Amino acid sequence: MTDQRTPLVEMKNVSISFGGIHAVDNASVDLYPGEVVALLGHNGAGKSTLIKILSGAYKRDAGEILINGEPADINNPRDAKKYGIETIYQTLAVADNVDAAANLYLGRELRTPWGTLDDVAMEAKAREVMGRLNPNFQRFKEPVKALSGGQRQSVAIARAILFDARILIMDEPTAALGPQETAQVGELIKQLKKEGIGIFLISHDIHDVFDLADRVSVMKNGQVVGHARTQDVTKDEVLGMIILGKCPPKAIPGPGAMQVA
Amino acid sequence: MADITQATQTNRARNADENPVKRFFRATEIDTRLLGMVGALVIIWVGFQLLTGGLFLTPRNLWNLTVQTSSVAVMATGMVLIIVTRNIDLSVGSVLGFCGMIMGVMQAKILPQYLGLEHPAIWIITLGCGILVGAAIGALHGSIIAFLNVPAFIVTLGGLLVWRGATWFVTSGQTVAPMNSTFRLMGGGTEGSIGATASWIVGIVACLAIVGAILNSRKQRKRFGFPLRPVWAEYFLSVLGCVLVLGAVAVANHYYWPTNIARRYADANGIAWPEGGLQIPHGIAIPVLMAIAVGIVMTFIATRLRFGRYVFALGGNPEAAELAGIKTRWVTVKIFMLMGILCAIAAAISTARLNAATNAQGELDELYTIAAAVIGGTSLAGGVGTIAGAMIGALVMQSLQSGMVLLGIDSPFQRIVVGVVLVVAVWLDTVYRARAK
Repeated sequence: MTDQRTPLVEMKNVSISFGGIHAVDNASVDLYPGEVVALLGHNGAGKSTLIKILSGAYKRDAGEILINGEPADINNPRDAKKYGIETIYQTLAVADNVDAAANLYLGRELRTPWGTLDDVAMEAKAREVMGRLNPNFQRFKEPVKALSGGQRQSVAIARAILFDARILIMDEPTAALGPQETAQVGELIKQLKKEGIGIFLISHDIHDVFDLADRVSVMKNGQVVGHARTQDVTKDEVLGMIILGKCPPKAIPGPGAMQVA
Repeated sequence: MADITQATQTNRARNADENPVKRFFRATEIDTRLLGMVGALVIIWVGFQLLTGGLFLTPRNLWNLTVQTSSVAVMATGMVLIIVTRNIDLSVGSVLGFCGMIMGVMQAKILPQYLGLEHPAIWIITLGCGILVGAAIGALHGSIIAFLNVPAFIVTLGGLLVWRGATWFVTSGQTVAPMNSTFRLMGGGTEGSIGATASWIVGIVACLAIVGAILNSRKQRKRFGFPLRPVWAEYFLSVLGCVLVLGAVAVANHYYWPTNIARRYADANGIAWPEGGLQIPHGIAIPVLMAIAVGIVMTFIATRLRFGRYVFALGGNPEAAELAGIKTRWVTVKIFMLMGILCAIAAAISTARLNAATNAQGELDELYTIAAAVIGGTSLAGGVGTIAGAMIGALVMQSLQSGMVLLGIDSPFQRIVVGVVLVVAVWLDTVYRARAK
């Protein structure tokens, strides 16, 4: 990296094993403000496990996590939230039967001085945030179930932003979406980048994320194959990294790179 | 219910040139599903009116109908929250029986020893004890469900047997009677009604509350510049609400005391017995007022409090609720505690009405309660349901039963009809939901 700024997130030499299997082995990744890093790899390559360590769902066995250059102590999802790390899950993000405003504020509702829900204030704030993310969004009164996949995703993202997230983890953000909705989420991600939020995109499908990401980090068998700027590599080369672990010349090889004889 | 809002609003987005009926419903924001239920109720009422040759829609029958509904209606409000969170409570009938027996023994055997018979505080101490017992039972059920992860179906099925058995043990099977005379007011009847003047006052207060709520919501929406309902729709809703309330009061006030009671009352108070009889209106019955109050409080809890929001979120997506930092287990415990409290209130109404606490009190009530909630639009898949719907559901069930009694239909056949209606109602609802999507 030629970048001299302090990384937003730096995970250094992180390892975790489940019953003797090294799910993540000595992996290092980093993320800068306003940057989108795609974390790629097959199912079982360890990318989700690595990211769950960051979001506090798993506890690492070894290695360290730096947030803004400072060592961070992340033991559970609440700790991660304290550091401004928000995770957006594909399916678990929203309660289907309540409306967008209720979802945005779930768990920290605004209340009137009498302790009742201040629905009007919540709706006003929801309109503001959603207006910023997705100006076409108008269906504030409907249960989230009625929304399209892309709209639901933007509700989930808006929720993370309301929490003042600085680091966003999106696990397969477009896997269940149609082409139009995928484009919508893409727009959203660009918007968030502009606001200086760092984003980890996790995917097993390179086509989902290649155009959105500034950099890719590829994992295979729990190890990092390498990092590369998307402008320096082609999709085919990245595919080679994912499938064979073969590092193209312009990528920075990691411990998992195939040793070329 | 949620599906309806969704459907109407999709329509709003889709076609600007919708027909007047659609525009009417959109402007007034009347829940068409609730309206459908009211429509079903009206059909049942008119049907029985025709079949019984005018016996059904009389002030007397309607008044009795509301009194008979109140106990199940009170419990149905709690059952909504339970079913919304994908649980079930099969024990409510037995818990009602147990709380009723405890309250019976309290007021008839224990408290008179210390306070003397007919002490004015007996009824409130008794009710308080009953509510505490109900809350404790609910907390026990809820804790086993939430913290020991035993399915609600099993816990409350156990509760159904346990509390029915426990009811027997309180008095070794004896019926406790009579109840304290103040306590008995909660059961309705001639004494347990508030009379004409008080009923009109209640009605007028309710009308003012309706208009106030409509004005307030308009003011709130204006404050943030949200779209407003058209003014004519606001007027329409206000007038409709007031007409319904005052109409109900008028009906209650047209049911007069039975002649012999009125005569006894006249003799006791030195009123000369007029030609043609003394007509003293019943007014609204106290149990009905209690049920309405419970309905209002429960609606407030469900829609205006954080707890209610969590209940619905939990029903919609338990994982999301958990990830959002909601203490889902505690919410479950609280819901079952609330159910226990409501069982105790229902027990007070039904023991007061019967003027006795018996072993069999509340038997099969769990099924009527669940049926009322489900007929009222509560989805067994979780996440959807309204308190008002469940109370109307209770009224539908009771109307069917009471109408069949008037027709002289045998009780085994009544059960067959109620069972069939339950299944058909849920089937219609499924069809409706599928089409609304």
